[in-house]
Amino acid sequence: MSETRGAAFYLLAAFFALFVLFLYGPTLTVLILSFQGPGGGLTFPMNGVSTHWFGVLWQGLGVVDVWAAFGRSFRLGLIVTVLTVVISVLAGLAFRRRFVGSTLLFYTAIASLILPSIVVSLGIALEFRIFDDFVKAHGLLGDGFHSAMGLFTSALGAHLTWTLPFGLLVMFVVFNRFNPAYEEAARDLGATPWQTFRHVVLPIIAPYLIGVALFGFTLSWDEIARTSQTVGGPNTLPLELQGLTTTVTNPAIYALGTLTTAVSFLVIALTLGTGLYLRRRRLRGASDAGKGTL
Amino acid sequence: MSQRGGIAPYLQAAPLALVFLLFLVIPLAIIVMVSFWTYTDYSIQPAFEVQNYLDVFDRCIVRLPTLCTTFRTYLSTLTFCAIVWALTLVIGFTVAYFLAFEVRSPTVQSLLFLVCTIPFWTSNVIRMISWIPLLGRSGLVNQALIGLGLIDQPIEWLLYSSFSVTITFVHLFTFFMVVPIYNSMLRIDRSLIEAARDAGASGWQILWNVIVPLSKTGIAIGSIFVITIVMGDFITIGLMGGQQIASVGKTIQTEISYLQFPVAAANAVVLLGTVLLIIVGLTRVVDIRREL
Repeated sequence: MSETRGAAFYLLAAFFALFVLFLYGPTLTVLILSFQGPGGGLTFPMNGVSTHWFGVLWQGLGVVDVWAAFGRSFRLGLIVTVLTVVISVLAGLAFRRRFVGSTLLFYTAIASLILPSIVVSLGIALEFRIFDDFVKAHGLLGDGFHSAMGLFTSALGAHLTWTLPFGLLVMFVVFNRFNPAYEEAARDLGATPWQTFRHVVLPIIAPYLIGVALFGFTLSWDEIARTSQTVGGPNTLPLELQGLTTTVTNPAIYALGTLTTAVSFLVIALTLGTGLYLRRRRLRGASDAGKGTL
Repeated sequence: MSQRGGIAPYLQAAPLALVFLLFLVIPLAIIVMVSFWTYTDYSIQPAFEVQNYLDVFDRCIVRLPTLCTTFRTYLSTLTFCAIVWALTLVIGFTVAYFLAFEVRSPTVQSLLFLVCTIPFWTSNVIRMISWIPLLGRSGLVNQALIGLGLIDQPIEWLLYSSFSVTITFVHLFTFFMVVPIYNSMLRIDRSLIEAARDAGASGWQILWNVIVPLSKTGIAIGSIFVITIVMGDFITIGLMGGQQIASVGKTIQTEISYLQFPVAAANAVVLLGTVLLIIVGLTRVVDIRREL
């Protein structure tokens, strides 16, 4: 590019600044308005500053048990995170070598990412419905059986169709840059495949797994479209939040928004913090030469 | 890695394949199957009839040129698609261009990129409702316009309208355009641009004849993302359109809520076909697999 900053640079910089304002502006408004005074409404002006609406939220919002939904979403998010990391790493290892059907599996993952969520959601719902009908018709699981649909069956599966493609793509990036010389060295020194994985590959890819975990949790924590038809019984937090937007007409809804955002950021900060801590610890004890086997 | 036989990759890929089989492939097959089924008020029954598809396209052909409900819904959804696609493409390309070519330090590049990603850690619903205090009847925009004396009455069409739906789509999904285009641009060999300049190309000529063609893959990937999301959307259109604007996704959702699963399935198959057609069209422009 040219040596001196031209007019184009300043124009584009201004455009970029506007874009950032456009990205942040509305969300910041919600954060600010959630601290609206007790007499304040859904819009500006601020009628004093208070945590009144967080108190209202703490009491619960009408018939909806926000805190139970909160717990459900959190538990589901954790399970999705663990499964996403484990399955993505395994698949990432598999894709390093040629195997029959690898192209098909790759395209299935891409399809999972871009197919309309309502279609995926409907498909899973129908699958479980037909399964339920079949089980009931044949009395397979006893009279007490109502439905196999639920948070940790159909909704979990729906979330995985959304998080796994992201996890897989991250693993592709990771293993594309992975130097196989480390594994060869470990093997030459007599390490078993498991030892090679546990003590050589895993520590090297660990920072990226944190990225996969973050994707897994945050995508699950915010998911609506694929959960909508598959959740079965009680709703997840984002679904409750979506419902509340039409019924709650006071800033308590903003307080809930601020709170869910805070959880997202807290999880990210904790995960990244752990990652940095692990790296520092590893760097401190960089070489374990002469310390014997682990 | 293991030197033993060829079975290891199959075992490693098995969990992934199993999840996709159970929660993607079989469900899609079931949708196609159920779209030929029949239903009563409370149950769905195996059958093989095309009645559901006839219902979807009820009198669509005979009533032309008057558009039937389905055609109108598709036209409305496709219009949103086209507008949102054009806006996200122009904004996304400009932002990516700025990051990739105008920002010189890689550290600043990464930092600004990170700044753009942070809002994505916030839930989409919250990012949607955050427009309410801005666009509402007594929202900031109306307050400001009245304060400036530009209007006497608050503008009604800012919120719960096509306008608010479009702006929310752009707000939510422009970044999906930025990421792949930025990625393509970072791979462009800078000497190509120098060569073009040495050969006397103007800034616009470089942009149009060098940078745009070399960013084509990123543009296609971003386009696929944005178009498929908007085509199937029912949440943004529902929430920001005040539940008044029709979309294909909303139609399917409504049919599901009335337990009309076979018709919903037929609609889903038509939607799927439409989306696949668009994707095939886009992949004809570029070979995406080659770039990964």
